[in-house]
Amino acid sequence: MQLFRAVILRLLTTAVTLSGVAVIVFVVIRVVPGNPIAMMLPPGATDEDVARLTALYGLDKSIFRQFLIWAGGVLQGDFGTSITTRQPVLGLVLGRLPATLELSVMALVIATVIGGFAAVTGTRLRGTRSEAAIDVANGMALSVPDFLWGLVLILLFGVLWPVFHISGRVTPSIDLPFTTNFYLIESLVRLRPDLWWDIVSHMLLPALALAIPLAAIIGQVLKQSLKETMHLDYVTLSRTKGYSETHVITREALPNAVLPALTLVGVQFTFLIGGTVIIERLFSYEGLGNMAIDAVINRDLPLIQGIVILFAVIFTGVNLIVDLACAALNPRLRHG
Amino acid sequence: MRNLSARVRGAPDRLLRDVSLSVAPGEVRGLVGESGAGKSMIGKAVLGILPRAVEVLSGEILLEGTDLLRLAPADRRRRIGATCALIPQDPLTALNPSRRIGPQMTDRLVDILGWSRTKAQGRARDLLAEVQITDPDRVLRQYPHELSGGMRQRVLIAAAFAAEPKLIVADEPTTALDVTVQKEVLRLIADMQARHGTALLFVTHDLGVVSKVCQSLTVLYGGLVVEDAALRDFFPAPAHPYARALLAATPKYTDPDTSLVPVPQEVLDGVQAQVVAADRGWRDG
Repeated sequence: MQLFRAVILRLLTTAVTLSGVAVIVFVVIRVVPGNPIAMMLPPGATDEDVARLTALYGLDKSIFRQFLIWAGGVLQGDFGTSITTRQPVLGLVLGRLPATLELSVMALVIATVIGGFAAVTGTRLRGTRSEAAIDVANGMALSVPDFLWGLVLILLFGVLWPVFHISGRVTPSIDLPFTTNFYLIESLVRLRPDLWWDIVSHMLLPALALAIPLAAIIGQVLKQSLKETMHLDYVTLSRTKGYSETHVITREALPNAVLPALTLVGVQFTFLIGGTVIIERLFSYEGLGNMAIDAVINRDLPLIQGIVILFAVIFTGVNLIVDLACAALNPRLRHG
Repeated sequence: MRNLSARVRGAPDRLLRDVSLSVAPGEVRGLVGESGAGKSMIGKAVLGILPRAVEVLSGEILLEGTDLLRLAPADRRRRIGATCALIPQDPLTALNPSRRIGPQMTDRLVDILGWSRTKAQGRARDLLAEVQITDPDRVLRQYPHELSGGMRQRVLIAAAFAAEPKLIVADEPTTALDVTVQKEVLRLIADMQARHGTALLFVTHDLGVVSKVCQSLTVLYGGLVVEDAALRDFFPAPAHPYARALLAATPKYTDPDTSLVPVPQEVLDGVQAQVVAADRGWRDG
């Protein structure tokens, strides 16, 4: 019951947040220079043409009127029509969403595995040179941004030793028998390992580029948290029971060390989703981020608005999930 | 334990200086000393949980004739887990907050000693009943934060006896508790020890506690054993001047108005000289 109320409260604050985001995006992209109409028309179009098209998209009205019209539509589930493609924004955006979600979650999983492994190994080997080596690797992974890792990975596994694909989401010649855009999931559900492998080998490098800095953060935070936990009496008590160091770390210390790390990982994950914008561009991966860049270049105002709103929804959603996960993992909160 | 010496890696001075002591089956031995005298170090050495920075220089720790220090680390760990147990100091931090009581009591029985889960659970239930917990089945399903400090200490005492260990190290088990609970817990430990016939090494700084539960005691100063006596010989007249002064410094509960008596400086100087002499012998040898 308490949890239910917390969720409702959270949804209300989320609505306020999203409204704020909507206002800011709407105003900012109309104030910055650049005119979508000028981009659409061929050179030599008359002033008459410009005026007609401007009126068609409602861009001759005041910003305030435009916002009311757009917001009214949004509340009814109509996010407007993309200026460049002339298709409904909602359909375009939702069509790309699965690609970005799959990529981000894959990156998160990779980052958690690598970071968790590094933290446990570093704790296991504390005080040795191997720990120092892990710390150095961590620092490097952390200080190089994701898009540079992207370039490094393209060079290594796309050019020098071309084992993975570096462009697109799937080999274009493959005819996908899919009904949704969750290619990775659907290839699994339909038991098509051939397709699954093609999709994974496209996703792996961009996901890895996104994952490396996050893995370093997870590794660092978790290791610090483990370090504090390892001093506690119940860990010592477990040692006297005859358990190995690895068992002591993973079974006794880790579950309690994960909690403080989890909140931070949630925040970092939203940064990772932000990072998809550049990474998707770099790998020509057909996701939301790539679409966002095209939309900005073309001054496709309704599409930009739609994408930003969707990103905001994802961010708040991730935060909600992290909070719920924290509550679920902590017995003290669970029994409130 | 014979002639055990240990030091912080790289440090010039030893932490434990040729410590020898023994605990017979069924015996309760008090291990007394000021903070920093090395009494907890001894407990940790026996249980194989010395801090990484501390190295054992010489000596042996004999458990039923086997020198623990000669075993390979994994063997030593398992041997200790199967035959020794710890009653920790602070019941509030000695239970894992994210695990239920049941698994925390039975994990050693199942994982190290290879018992079946049902048998281990039955054992845990019996032990909880033995330490006068009224609803063992419920407690086994609870998380530590749902229990009071006194209850948690009972659980830890029960857990220590779970594998019928040969030796239990009690590391100041009453220090973190308030005085009313202290007495009860003390009696509980003594009862359990007597019933199970376990050897118990009772680490404490409180001679009052020693007089209640122990049959013999070892007094440490600066990692050096200064007195090793049976309780009935010690309390009327300790042999060593430092032990005498320590006894005199113990506040009397019967007469709360007496002011605290510090250990006289000349006694401290004397015992310090003894430590220095022991070190001189060690360096020359």
